[in-house]
Amino acid sequence: MSQRPLLEIRNLRVRVNGQEILKGITLAVYPGEVHSIMGPNGSGKSTLAQVLAGREVYEIVEGEVLYDGEDLLPMPPEERARRGIFLAFQYPVEIPGVSNLYFLKAAVNTLRKQRGLPELDAMEFLALVREKAKLVELDENLLQRAVNDGFSGGEKKRNEIFQMTLLEPRLAILDETDSGLDIDALRVVAQGINALRHPDRAIVLITHYQRLLNYVTPDVVHVLYDGRIVKSGGKELALELEEKGYGWIAEEIIGSPRS
Amino acid sequence: MTDMKLDQRPEQALYRTHFAQWNELIGAREPAWLRARREAAFARFEALGFPTTRQEPWRFTNIAPLLRVPFRLAAAWPERSLPDEWLAPYREWAAHHLVFVNGHFVGEIPADGRAHGVLARGIRALLGEDPGIVEPHLAGCAEDASNAFTALNAAFLTDGAFVRIPRGTVVETPIHLLFLTLDEGTPVVTHPRNVILAEENSQATIIESYVSLGDGPYFTNAVTEIWAGENAIVQHYKVQRESRAAFHIASVRIAEERTATVLDFSLALGAALARTDIVAILKGEGAECTLNGFYWARDQQLVDHHTVIEHVAPHGTSREFYKGILDDEARGVFDGTIIVRPGAQKTDAQQVNKNLLLSTDALVNTNPRLQILADDVKCSHGATIGHLDEDALFYCRSRGLDAETARELLTYAFASDILNTIAFGPLRRSIGEWVLTEWPEGERLKELL
Repeated sequence: MSQRPLLEIRNLRVRVNGQEILKGITLAVYPGEVHSIMGPNGSGKSTLAQVLAGREVYEIVEGEVLYDGEDLLPMPPEERARRGIFLAFQYPVEIPGVSNLYFLKAAVNTLRKQRGLPELDAMEFLALVREKAKLVELDENLLQRAVNDGFSGGEKKRNEIFQMTLLEPRLAILDETDSGLDIDALRVVAQGINALRHPDRAIVLITHYQRLLNYVTPDVVHVLYDGRIVKSGGKELALELEEKGYGWIAEEIIGSPRS
Repeated sequence: MTDMKLDQRPEQALYRTHFAQWNELIGAREPAWLRARREAAFARFEALGFPTTRQEPWRFTNIAPLLRVPFRLAAAWPERSLPDEWLAPYREWAAHHLVFVNGHFVGEIPADGRAHGVLARGIRALLGEDPGIVEPHLAGCAEDASNAFTALNAAFLTDGAFVRIPRGTVVETPIHLLFLTLDEGTPVVTHPRNVILAEENSQATIIESYVSLGDGPYFTNAVTEIWAGENAIVQHYKVQRESRAAFHIASVRIAEERTATVLDFSLALGAALARTDIVAILKGEGAECTLNGFYWARDQQLVDHHTVIEHVAPHGTSREFYKGILDDEARGVFDGTIIVRPGAQKTDAQQVNKNLLLSTDALVNTNPRLQILADDVKCSHGATIGHLDEDALFYCRSRGLDAETARELLTYAFASDILNTIAFGPLRRSIGEWVLTEWPEGERLKELL
């Protein structure tokens, strides 16, 4: 590929509370691509997602991350969001007292301002919201309620995808958005993701299961194991993982001369 | 002997001077019974002396700064009309306003469609015209015996609102008691006294506002007594927006007859030192009481609420919900007592106090106390003290909101559930705006109101 990666991670090592969680991640995601990062619990998937979104509790030991050619790590989370990075949270946060609609409008207008677009007024915003809500089959009642407050697990995940479709990120990172969803919700989530696919955008799907990949076809599948990407391949790799579990990966690593 | 004792309490000397001045000024113009009650109250004040932090109810609230200020007793405001800008913030309120300047009644702005038979007047004027109406209701707080400030208020009884809602009358528009204090260079002390009587089956909303027209120090020492007759419904809001250099000490005393329903909402936003004591006595069977509170303190403000809910009769219900936000080096005190007397079976009482600390130097002391002397009751209490949730902050920022906006949004969110219970829309918006105006990014959050 001749163009520059949208996201380039070079030998990223990250510590939390003195313990190394990411032990040298190298990854390049190009515009238009969908990458899937799979791995067992505790492999470092969520840490990677949070570091990319700018969570400050992590200690960067080594390495760098380039976003659209720029050094990402010094940027505060809001700066990353404004430049088009979106993280769909594994555990979306409840904010009682703030309506979903207000929250989304504040977010959309902040991003529009950054892109040099005029802010949307209440009517324009409502029209946009209605259109996008349909796409992810989001119950309009959820818009009037406080952000994620009292939402079911599935409603929270749908709300994340809804936010993503509204904010139209250049790089979307989905942290186990498929976990705990029934098949209908999973289909809707996949619909939201597929609608976002675009030659200028990239999507990173962090997942524990292969299920979502029945609906969203990734270009590349990576296996994250013990803080390292130990294997990369096409979508067949996901099927292989589904069939054999993560055990064979462990054996392969232990059996390999490098370990 | 007595004299020597008094001399050991020099901080009382100022008030002794005031008392002599006030007696001279009011002289023969007041009824003998009132003079006698005021004399007795002053004697109680002298005997009690100002409280110190060695006394349990004042353990966390040191009033030494109050005692250092040489206040002068506020004189009556001589003008007959009020400058427009003083009342501008309330013009849009559909309410019946009684306006007091430096503790003295100056005038009223009646509401349209005023309910028949409602009496809402300045106490001093009523004393001149028809002292028999007010006399039984100025017998003094039961607390005078233990609280030096209420004794002082009784001793200096000057003016305040006397509100009586006749039986069966529903007053649709709120009655707004607006206490304005001027900044005239020298700090003044005022002693407002309000009496609110809601007779059988009546209903009314009373808003008691304390507002400053300057930035300087002064001292408000207020007492409000509320009596809710059988099946009466009273909503009482005390809105404290004193100057940030002011001292505000207030006592609210509520008595409820059978199946009466009272809401008391204390909003404490201003003053350098603010202390409010609220006592609600559920005398009649099936009475209901809600005590709500919201306090927000910054810099070195101190805000203290002491509440007592006393269930005397069976089947009473009380709900208490206080929320506070403390920033910078501010300190908060919440002390909430629930007493269930032996006869008060089937009492259902809940108390919650939640505090949000926005700085590591802010401090709150929260102290729930239950005294349950009946055996068939449901009582619960809970208190929390916390900081803004880091996960929620990150969530907001990851959606593009800058750190300051995210903090303010979550702080507002913390307050919103209690503030949204304010039924009178103009007051609810006014409080929200008051808070948000002080925040750097608050303008953007006003859409939330």
